[in-house]
Amino acid sequence: MQSLLDRIRHGDIIVADGAMGTMLFRHGLPTDQCPESYNLSHPEILTSIASEYLNAGAEIIQTNTFGGSPLKLDKYDLDQQTEEINRRAVEIVRAVVDDRAYVSGSVGPSGRILIPYGETAPERIYESAQRQARALIEAGVDLICVETMTDITEATLNIKAIKSLSPDIPVMATMTFDRTPRGFFTMMGVTIEKAAQELEKAGAEIIGSNCGYGIEMMIKIALEFRAHTQRPLIIQANAGLPEIEDGQPVYKETPEFMAEKGRELVAAGVSIIGGCCGTTPEHIAAIRRMVDSLATDQ
Amino acid sequence: MELIDKISESLQKGEQEETARYTGEAIEQAVPVRQILDDGLIAGMTVVGQKFKNHDIFLPDVLMAAKAMYAGMDLLKPLMIKEDIPSRGKVVLGTVRGDLHDIGKNLVAIMLKGAGYEIIDLGNDVPAEKFVDTAMAEKAPIVGLSALLTTTMPVMKQVVDLIRKRGLTDTISVIIGGAPVSDKYAREIGADMYSFDGVNAVECVEKLMRKG
Repeated sequence: MQSLLDRIRHGDIIVADGAMGTMLFRHGLPTDQCPESYNLSHPEILTSIASEYLNAGAEIIQTNTFGGSPLKLDKYDLDQQTEEINRRAVEIVRAVVDDRAYVSGSVGPSGRILIPYGETAPERIYESAQRQARALIEAGVDLICVETMTDITEATLNIKAIKSLSPDIPVMATMTFDRTPRGFFTMMGVTIEKAAQELEKAGAEIIGSNCGYGIEMMIKIALEFRAHTQRPLIIQANAGLPEIEDGQPVYKETPEFMAEKGRELVAAGVSIIGGCCGTTPEHIAAIRRMVDSLATDQ
Repeated sequence: MELIDKISESLQKGEQEETARYTGEAIEQAVPVRQILDDGLIAGMTVVGQKFKNHDIFLPDVLMAAKAMYAGMDLLKPLMIKEDIPSRGKVVLGTVRGDLHDIGKNLVAIMLKGAGYEIIDLGNDVPAEKFVDTAMAEKAPIVGLSALLTTTMPVMKQVVDLIRKRGLTDTISVIIGGAPVSDKYAREIGADMYSFDGVNAVECVEKLMRKG
């Protein structure tokens, strides 16, 4: 299989998968448990989700390891099982996709706040990130995606921890921004310019944004990233902002809407388009069709 | 600059040592405790809250200011107890059962403490009974419930229902908040108020305390 970075250099637009949490919920899993524990208890459901995204045309399939760092698993007293949980997650996706898609190890925030603002020492974040990344790499991921970050220090510690184990494994790094009257900032006050600079410096080959907003806002975010970096960009938008109906979250952006707006992401120079909260295989299939139609148009 | 303003300024900059030092100096100079609290620490935290609300500063700045506030508070607390100066009221806070997210709840705690309220923080993953039991035991007139997950929001209704069942509707008010929560949801489940952020939580608590 041609490497992901080669394909991006060649100008290919790559479609990534959509939401994991939304899909776990759709498969009826109880949500008061650690989602990563399902890698051990319900592998068949994760197999099914990976298949659905593969069949929808995604070429990057993420592992169910967003909260798979020992620091995060510790909240459920599962940190002892870090290696097993991450290894199983990779094995499940690999068995589905073989070499028809890239297996991306998902790495989310630790949920801790770093010194001096909080109580967590940077070494603890670094060690936690290394332990998860080691398990993911040993199990054979093609790349790792550090995502939904709001603290630039935590993001760069994660990137460096991964690169310390394997300088060659591609790292995607994405942060989540809020729109304020003064522009886009993460919850921790990081601008897009700062994110682009620091993620790049830490060694992420692909950078961008995920979560937070629907696709229209993400087009603005992509354009601002493009103004500050030459690195390939990834954007994974939510299917809009959730509205609560009968106590359930409903994401209103349709597959067709997201796919149509996805053209503007391509025009903004984004190389990888996937989805975050509320997106489903139907959204990814629509984005796939849009991307394929671009190729035919040329 | 007046000593009292120095307390407020250093708190706003998140300088813990300076805030503690100026607070200590004010105590030594026999500035009334109430004044150090209101015009120093609370005044500083109010500015921090407003700046945060306007996106002029962000979570890290608020967390640093909170640490400075606590540094000053630690010195004032023994005197407040000795002089029998009451807090502005008690609020029981927590993230509901099944939810481990506590950044929003912690921010609300900071803003309420910064406004002079006494906070009983139950942490996260708190069952409905514990909110109500604690409010009864502590004679706290308000409970604040936080949820980030849409799936844990029903626990908020459990708390409201339990208060109703125990006949405490007139003594305990409920404020709810969190990313997926809305004013509409508060009305649906019969919560007294919905608060959209930490600064607004202070306004909500003030409104309810006046009513009570």
